Amino acid sequence: MNISKSEAPAVPIVVNRKIVSWYEASARQRVRLMLDAGSFHEFIGPEQREESPHLQVFDLPTQFDDGIITGRGRIAGAPVFVAAQEGRFMGGAFGEVHGAKLTGLLRAARDTKSVPVLILFDTGGVRLQEANAGELAIAEIMRALIEARMAGVKIVGLIGGRAGCYGGGGLIAGCCSALAVSEQGRISVSGPEVIETNRGVEEFDSRDRALVWRTMGGKHRRLLGGAEAFVDDTVESFRNIALHLIDAVSGFGPDVLKAEQACLEQRLQRFGLCADAVDIWKAEGVADTEAVPAMAAADFNDLANKAREPRYDAR
Amino acid sequence: METLSYRHKAQERAAGSKSLAIIGVVASGNLEVLVERVLPDTECRIDINTAAEGFGAVWEAVVADFVERRSPGGLKLSINDGGARPDTVALRLAQAVRLIEEDDQ
Amino acid sequence: MTLDDILTSLFPKGHDVANDKGVLLGSAPLQSGGSAVVIGVAGRSPLGVDEAIRLSRHVLDAVEQGGEGPILVLVDSDSQRMSKRDELLGLNEYLAHLAKCLIYADMQGRPTVGVLYGHSAAGAFLATALATRVLVALPGAEPAVMDLPSMSRVTKLSIDVLKEKAKSTPVFAPGLNNLAQTGAVLTIWDEKTSLAEQLQTLLGSIQDAGDQRDRLGKHRNGRPKAADIAERVHDLALQSK
Repeated sequence: MNISKSEAPAVPIVVNRKIVSWYEASARQRVRLMLDAGSFHEFIGPEQREESPHLQVFDLPTQFDDGIITGRGRIAGAPVFVAAQEGRFMGGAFGEVHGAKLTGLLRAARDTKSVPVLILFDTGGVRLQEANAGELAIAEIMRALIEARMAGVKIVGLIGGRAGCYGGGGLIAGCCSALAVSEQGRISVSGPEVIETNRGVEEFDSRDRALVWRTMGGKHRRLLGGAEAFVDDTVESFRNIALHLIDAVSGFGPDVLKAEQACLEQRLQRFGLCADAVDIWKAEGVADTEAVPAMAAADFNDLANKAREPRYDAR
Repeated sequence: METLSYRHKAQERAAGSKSLAIIGVVASGNLEVLVERVLPDTECRIDINTAAEGFGAVWEAVVADFVERRSPGGLKLSINDGGARPDTVALRLAQAVRLIEEDDQ
Repeated sequence: MTLDDILTSLFPKGHDVANDKGVLLGSAPLQSGGSAVVIGVAGRSPLGVDEAIRLSRHVLDAVEQGGEGPILVLVDSDSQRMSKRDELLGLNEYLAHLAKCLIYADMQGRPTVGVLYGHSAAGAFLATALATRVLVALPGAEPAVMDLPSMSRVTKLSIDVLKEKAKSTPVFAPGLNNLAQTGAVLTIWDEKTSLAEQLQTLLGSIQDAGDQRDRLGKHRNGRPKAADIAERVHDLALQSK
């Protein structure tokens, strides 16, 4: 049985944010608790029953919101568009309806110009039962996202859920203005099992949790420059970092792309021969690499800021 | 996939003024319940979509027990079920009614 | 058609497209005047960090040099490279960066045209063919999101069962017809007539009407819901306060 404590009767929201685990919360709880109380208005909510038309072929149950919540709310009084994936439904994967809700939201952000977007990623990538529709949705999302950024919209990705941010979700994340990741968060294109199946267990042992987290996890992404911020696993931490990143990120244009090209080229020069994450961390001046995985966020962020100052103009 | 539907008379109208609430997630061993205040005060309805076929009698019993205990008058409860056990179903139904009876936040 | 045949048919005036272990980089004069920048992945090569960074550089250099000609993306790739090293180094960023460069170039008036002539899958497909304004294919192209054996492993359904289900819907199985019906592939070129002429016709017909793939998928009954759902969310969002 799966009864999480965070589904108990309501307690005052301010207290909840500081103690509620982002990882344990549902997508709905993340949205409700992260935004200003009562500010959230959903677009195509579950009562509209826009479920997947494709799962019945596989005798699979549907979810009324097809696993993603899209809407508008306020954070510290300022308007935001929000999309939140439910990682426990079909692994948070992109299906036809699920993807289209995010596409529509981003196109609206493009046309509105002045309202930032928060994407609460929690996804294994494309939903296989709707693979072509899911893949196309991701392509359309990427296009709409860049169009929105070209119109001046800030788009921040938050990653810390059960499904991580895998597959096409990882590509969408790479298109965002900035990313925040927690200890539980992972970002990758291929998943651990797929790498092992394709290349063998010597290449990548998918059951070696420490290896998976060193390679794809939040701390490594922060140290590598694959995410701008590392945060605690609380709704409060994600709320605060969202506010910070919306404010900190630059616009999008040729300078950003050139800066990113230079960063990514330099990364290959510096770390292209590294066999493991610890080699990258050592090269960045981290003295005690063995201590990194167990470090709490505050200590880790001190270390990370010394190793690599985040950039907000090269993604 | 199996679709089940039960209508009951309820002793009392469910408290509160919220018209809509939702709880749960469709995952293995879990379910979601969408509850809408759209029926006359003494009626209730529970609609279920489930991938686990052949458990009609169990659903009927759980639903009857729920209606008896919680008196969900005026409520339509719609369920997408991922193969939850009866006690999880009972819990979610109770949570759903509690949510729709709460004051708006 | 071999890659050489394709290049010759596309560029009868010649070209300088080089194939360096599957990475295609170059340019060519167009039959109608002007020139095209060409990038691509050949030989069913996987797309990893080392390849993606070179392709994106070529696109950015072209944009910086100016000009109005199209950017062609020729695709016969595997999926993304599935390796520890590529993920360690942040493959998602390299693939996203390539897609961003192509999308940016297109928004700056350099129409991006994908030409799928072989295979492609998953992350490689997203970063190349699916990041163009318009995607055409040659007969015999074999796009896939995921191959059926892998899908069978993950879904725990046999390949035969998957094939049977694929008869009733274009929404999950690999294949050019399915990717055309769902709106990814605009048109399938005729390999027996001049590709240069077909390209010219295509370039002349490109409109600045935004991403139409979801509408195309609806029109072809491949994706019945996507366009409407996106439009509804868009309209609701614009009305919201």
